[in-house]
Amino acid sequence: MIKIQNVTKRFGDYEAIKSVSLSVNHGEIYGVIGASGAGKSTLLRLINLLESPDHGEVIVNDDSLTRLKGRKLREARQSIAMIFQQYNLLGNKTVYDNVVVPLELSKVPKQERESRVMESLQFVGLDHFKDQYTAQLSGGQKQRVAIARALVNNPTVLLCDEPTSSLDPNTTAEILSVLKRINENFGVTIVIVSHEMEVIKSICERVTVMADGEEYETVTIEPAGIQKIDRSAQGFVERLTDGGEPHA
Amino acid sequence: MPEVIVEYQAEIWQSIGETFIMVGFSILAAVLVGLPLGTFLYLCRKDQILENQAVFSTLNLLVNVIRSFPFLLLVVFMIPFTRWIVGTAFGTTAAIVPLTVIAIAHYSRLVEQSLLDIPKGVMEAAISMGASAKDIIFKFLYVEARSGLVLGLTTSTISFISYSTIMGVVGGGGIGDFAIRYGYQNFRTDLMFYMIFIMVILVQLIQYTGITVARKIDKR
Ligand SMILES: Nc1ncnc2c1ncn2[C@@H]1O[C@H](COP(=O)(O)OP(=O)(O)OP(=O)(O)O)[C@@H](O)[C@H]1O
Ligand SMILES: [Mg+2]
Repeated sequence: MIKIQNVTKRFGDYEAIKSVSLSVNHGEIYGVIGASGAGKSTLLRLINLLESPDHGEVIVNDDSLTRLKGRKLREARQSIAMIFQQYNLLGNKTVYDNVVVPLELSKVPKQERESRVMESLQFVGLDHFKDQYTAQLSGGQKQRVAIARALVNNPTVLLCDEPTSSLDPNTTAEILSVLKRINENFGVTIVIVSHEMEVIKSICERVTVMADGEEYETVTIEPAGIQKIDRSAQGFVERLTDGGEPHA
Repeated sequence: MPEVIVEYQAEIWQSIGETFIMVGFSILAAVLVGLPLGTFLYLCRKDQILENQAVFSTLNLLVNVIRSFPFLLLVVFMIPFTRWIVGTAFGTTAAIVPLTVIAIAHYSRLVEQSLLDIPKGVMEAAISMGASAKDIIFKFLYVEARSGLVLGLTTSTISFISYSTIMGVVGGGGIGDFAIRYGYQNFRTDLMFYMIFIMVILVQLIQYTGITVARKIDKR
């Protein structure tokens, strides 16, 4: 489904991703965790080629994205949705007009658009807010609009970069449950980057621990929770997450 | 109505008309050429979708040089070019040539600045959705930058009015030229004062309209 093979990414002289390989199964919820600056976002952004790798290959849905260019790459990106910590909505468009954008980009016939936007908004519970501007919404509502926008074009993959890091614990739980429903109802493969173990623990099946641009370890999270993972990784994860900034 | 205005009303109307023509063409050039140029400048910057160091540096330097030219010298310097374009270097039509050049340079810089004010995440969202360059520009950048673009055009227009006042040197006419020739040089200080007053009103009106529109279309 998603395969990253020996991918290296440099920013100038700094190697942010050092020959990382990983593969995410179809329909999986996959986590990436690590300290600030470990390269989590860069790794995620390599999946839809927001960053282009210096070495290695990225394969999504059997397409080698690293070999695609121009229109073909843009078309491939239309089925790889992404949400962000800062939501990245358009402040000058209403909720409805934000969500319809991906349908405009992929030239979905006009008569289909309204029902699909409304379906997507209903899924995140924001259909009543369709005519509001995003400045009037709370953080959790903004992220739900971003999710509706990500969902509207029936993506196969959803990339999430710290989707709950600006939200309080209750709102975080709401957003995570929306993500889980997307995975269950539509079979969307989800990759979620977070520095919070709680987030990863609550929805991911597997998690890769990143440290200094390298894949430190990839572990399976048992239904019983993180306690079951390899002892060394658990210790590492705790140091990573508790040693940094304080969190709820 | 002061007597002196009644006396010169034909000339005054004509000079206002000339100013409108000069400023009108400047605005047209700013929108039709300055807006695309400013957008292109922005997109050629480092880490942008059309990143091109050589093209960016060249255009950037060109815009800077034109903008830092003392305008009167630019007008004189451009005379051969103006003559080549419109066949004469004298009159209102000829005055439009250097005015459009400065207008394009002026507004393109302000366009670039407004685009730089858009949060980086907007561009990332656009690219991640598979937007083409055209979609990025029209469905994302101009949507988010629209009030900045309007304010920029307001500022530019006011500068164009100011630039237009010295076009008398090449027979361009306009309110400024009228104020100099009929007011200052004929020792009719009152006439000059009235002309300045008309320009102040004009500028206030443009500023007010620009700010009102910009505020109305800003939903962020
Ligand atoms: N565009 C860029 N230019 C230069 N350096 C960059 C760029 N993007 C990331 N980096 C560097 O690469 C390293 C990894 O960054 P990345 O954003 O992937 O970390 P992260 O794990 O997501 O951190 P955080 O938890 O703070 O978001 C950092 O040292 C960062 O400074
Ligand atoms: Mg990050």
